[in-house]
Amino acid sequence: MERAASASGVAASRPGHSGLGLGGYAPPAGVTDEMIGPDGRLRPAWAPLLQHLAALSPEAMSRALARADQYLRDSGVFYRQYGTGTSTERPWPLSHLPVLIDEDDWAEVSAALIQRAELLELLMADLYGPNRLVAAGHLPPALVAGNPQWLRPMVGIKPRLGHYLHFVAFEIGRGPGGDWWVLSDRTQAPSGAGYALENRVATARAFPDVFAAQNVHRLAGFFRDFRDTLMNYRTDSDARVAILTPGPLNETYYEHAWIARYLGFTLVQGDDLVVDHGRLMVRTVSGLHPIDILWRRMDGDYTDPLELNGASRIGTPGMVSALRHGGVTMLNALGSGVLESRAMMAFLPKLAPLLTDAPLAMPNIATWWLGGAAERDRVLADPQRLVLSPALDTGLPFDSDPPPVLASSLAPGALAGRLARDGAGLVAQELVTLSTTPALVEGRIRPRPFSLRVFLARTAEGWQVMPGGFARIGATEEATALAMQRGGGAADVWILSPDDVPAVTMAPPPKGPFRRTAPGALPSRAADNLFWMGRYVERTEDMVRILRARNMRYAESGRGALPLQEAMDALLDDYGVTPGDAAIPAGLIHTLSLAVGSAAQIRDRFSTDGWSALTDLEKTARRMSARVVQGDDAARALSALLRKLAGFSGLVHENMYRFFGWRFLTLGRMHERAMAMTGIMARLADPAAPAGALDLCVELGDSVLTHRRRFSVSTTRETVIDLLVLDPLNPRSVRHQVDHMTAQINELPGAARHGEYSELGRAMLRVQTEVATATPESMTTDALELLGERIAALSNLLTEAYLR
Amino acid sequence: MTIYSMQVTFRYDFDRPSGAGRQLFRIMPATIPDRQTLLDVQLRVEPEPLESSHFTDFFGTQVVELVMPPGLTRLELVLEAEVERAALDSGLDISAPLAQLARDIAAYRGLDPAAPHHFLAHTPRIPAVAEIAAYARAATAKAVSTREAVEMLGLALHRDMTFDAEATDVHTAPAEAFALKRGVCQDFAQIMVGALRSLAIPAAYVGGYLRTLPPPGQPRLVGADASHAWVRAWCGAEIGWVDYDPTNACYALGDHVEIGFGRDYDEVAPVLGMMRLDGNQAGSHSVDIEERPLTPVAPPRPGEVAITLPPGPHARLARPAADPAAELGEP
Repeated sequence: MERAASASGVAASRPGHSGLGLGGYAPPAGVTDEMIGPDGRLRPAWAPLLQHLAALSPEAMSRALARADQYLRDSGVFYRQYGTGTSTERPWPLSHLPVLIDEDDWAEVSAALIQRAELLELLMADLYGPNRLVAAGHLPPALVAGNPQWLRPMVGIKPRLGHYLHFVAFEIGRGPGGDWWVLSDRTQAPSGAGYALENRVATARAFPDVFAAQNVHRLAGFFRDFRDTLMNYRTDSDARVAILTPGPLNETYYEHAWIARYLGFTLVQGDDLVVDHGRLMVRTVSGLHPIDILWRRMDGDYTDPLELNGASRIGTPGMVSALRHGGVTMLNALGSGVLESRAMMAFLPKLAPLLTDAPLAMPNIATWWLGGAAERDRVLADPQRLVLSPALDTGLPFDSDPPPVLASSLAPGALAGRLARDGAGLVAQELVTLSTTPALVEGRIRPRPFSLRVFLARTAEGWQVMPGGFARIGATEEATALAMQRGGGAADVWILSPDDVPAVTMAPPPKGPFRRTAPGALPSRAADNLFWMGRYVERTEDMVRILRARNMRYAESGRGALPLQEAMDALLDDYGVTPGDAAIPAGLIHTLSLAVGSAAQIRDRFSTDGWSALTDLEKTARRMSARVVQGDDAARALSALLRKLAGFSGLVHENMYRFFGWRFLTLGRMHERAMAMTGIMARLADPAAPAGALDLCVELGDSVLTHRRRFSVSTTRETVIDLLVLDPLNPRSVRHQVDHMTAQINELPGAARHGEYSELGRAMLRVQTEVATATPESMTTDALELLGERIAALSNLLTEAYLR
Repeated sequence: MTIYSMQVTFRYDFDRPSGAGRQLFRIMPATIPDRQTLLDVQLRVEPEPLESSHFTDFFGTQVVELVMPPGLTRLELVLEAEVERAALDSGLDISAPLAQLARDIAAYRGLDPAAPHHFLAHTPRIPAVAEIAAYARAATAKAVSTREAVEMLGLALHRDMTFDAEATDVHTAPAEAFALKRGVCQDFAQIMVGALRSLAIPAAYVGGYLRTLPPPGQPRLVGADASHAWVRAWCGAEIGWVDYDPTNACYALGDHVEIGFGRDYDEVAPVLGMMRLDGNQAGSHSVDIEERPLTPVAPPRPGEVAITLPPGPHARLARPAADPAAELGEP
């Protein structure tokens, strides 16, 4: 109590120092506040943080917040906001002040939620098993039989490991009395755990001293235990654990990629997978590999267009068949979305004693399913503080569509009519008044409503609760403003202990001698995206070089310069670029955005630095296109772009592990460069090419210095062909690309069997032999064009062999 | 009691080699206690599938699951079966008065495949349509019992709709076929299912076959040369399910051979997968089903693979014998 008093004293005695104005902090009447107790005093857990904040100057405060925001930007954390028919990536709305919760309070929350997770597991087992609860009248049949989330094909399919639920979340909030309530059960494919960890890192950057000084429970142990549990579930060490994502357009794709990277799981989409004799397999560049554990991050009915939702374009035909054959463990089991139905909460209080032999340790929002006459009468008699919403809706209470209707806002006749007509389709729930927690609003601390998402994972030791969570902070004092789509924010949650908490790392030292693990096989889709990212990045570079050369000659006017301009325009036209458009043409930006699009598909395989470098390139090009004018100005801007491209290539070249992924990326770049160079030479080294074309070749091939050093004579067709097509030591030459492509292709799986080359290997070797044995004289324009076609065909063969 | 000998053929020709992949076939005649028995069955597939298996779906329908090799240019499935069908009669109308039906439904506990609860909600394939609901109300205005309502609605649809194999295809929505007042058995059945559900009468979509040759002196039934569809309505606790065929305006009794039932076409579609019988591709489908003395089914020809499926009975329309509620006690 002494600490509380003194902390309160600090805040009160120096209210103006940082301009925080805590003196004006006043939670709404009748609402519990996390920071200020009912006695009006600061709760002790908040004292160190507030002391720290009070001591910060406004400048130091904004630096602290900027550190957190910088971290989030650098990591590429964003969320997707949906408008009408569009979606955009928005910066992550971190509310910088963490929510602080006492360890003892948290222990009660944890125990209660473990009970609830167990209750839902048992309910799930009944709904997809004997359905005794409906038969005995404990659950109305309409709630199950009419529920689109109840997937009939899954009835009777027992999960291979015996459990239906493995990773669940609960949205909880604190009511006016200070007790916690469950607002919503998330059992389908709960998101937010990865974001919770990002919130933690960012918040700890903002307030490192306070974080270090307080005993905050660490989050890593939770992830580590779950990862180890899943790895131990595998039936053989060859099989893998994969995360199933709907893809980059999904609201939480960032998190799917992030968790896959963090835990070392393979990120897959529906069409990466195939069911083969009852086993789930992933298509990789080395053929089909078994997947033993599939952590599903998409709605269950979308996973199989054959037996579930026929309209799904993101599923795997035969997924249910694999489950029926016990060929994969899916978590959570398909069909777990039925538990999220709002109306289920009307029955859980009664089911708890029946299934878990104990009443619910934490209540959920009072809910009535209006399919029964008694419940309808109750609502009609006293509609105050009750909201009506669709019974089978699975959305969060503050994020449902259509928005809930206040029962008392309807005329009594209209209310009675609606209940009589559609009672079975409706639930009534008590209006939620959530507790408030401090948030920084325009430099001042203000009370804002919040809800908390708590994550539970099933491990070998049973359910574990993440010591922390994902807090949603309202944009205004209204509870409906919690949804991020409506401007709400997200905050870290600190569970505070009076004692030291042990530090946790993801990788505890292994027992026994060190053994290097074999790198995993590369999914074909990932390889495809790496190959095309390589191609698009290289294509960008080729275009930038031509555009730069064109702009450098912009000032040269007169009839003499015109044919060369036209030759360059023809080259650009091959890329679909009209140089007259702008100094930075739209076609260039489009190619860059294709590169970013390919990279976005494989975020899990991409370093944060690489991603930043690539997105920075695209942003820079867009910025430039708005202000750069043709001529020297554009040439300078394009040179800057070239340097950024070199930076990106350097990052990739220096840092990427030399395995299949790197090989496909490299193959893409080399292939594109070989194509570009043959195209340039066919046009500009032709005997009929305009004056200056040969020098332009050398310039576009970035070989001016080499050419001068190697050939003291003037530029001739022979010297140019030799240096840019045939010289194996010039990293820009066609020969160099072809040699290295041959080497890479020979390292790919199945390249040769008992000395016999694959079709791709044979075609590659023919191209390589052709270039290696050519002379400047034999490399005519016709020969160059034919060579270009043969190189182009390699891309199709590669796709056929590895990327389908 | 009639024994039918039947042959069902699906033939596909593809312009270019096709990756047909995984397919589900719901084409096996069912075994239903006291009503229909599958005596013998053989399915021949050519070319040889990469995988073949079968399972029973939620509503008890036998599903054949095949994975075809890539590069298919043609595919042929031939089902030969002997089916014994009881000659039923529609019997007395002991169905629930319409006013009492809701109570009968509420009193039915459990989610076994025959429970009426599955068949009350509209589905994406058979959504609520205001025009069909209004039509249903008008057509059944004079009905007192549930079965009367079913029959009146079926007769009205048969009177107002024209059988026309060209007007619709497998994807045509009930609202569209209803507006055209034309269609095939699938359209008749889907409209009637939607109409019954709008009246809060539980209704299922039934897939099956019709005998090709009528008994002497009787007309040939419409829709007999392909797979057929009709409607199953729950008419109260006393009488249970009643099968009605709106395409022929009759109760589905001895001339109908059932494959299975579900909430809509998707749950009993003969073929699910990349190939569909939608008329847009080169495919043919024929059904030959007639009364015959029992003869052995022909062995597979060279190059064909025979898939033998168990004809064993499975509980379909009967409630489970033991009361599962007993264990938990009453609420």
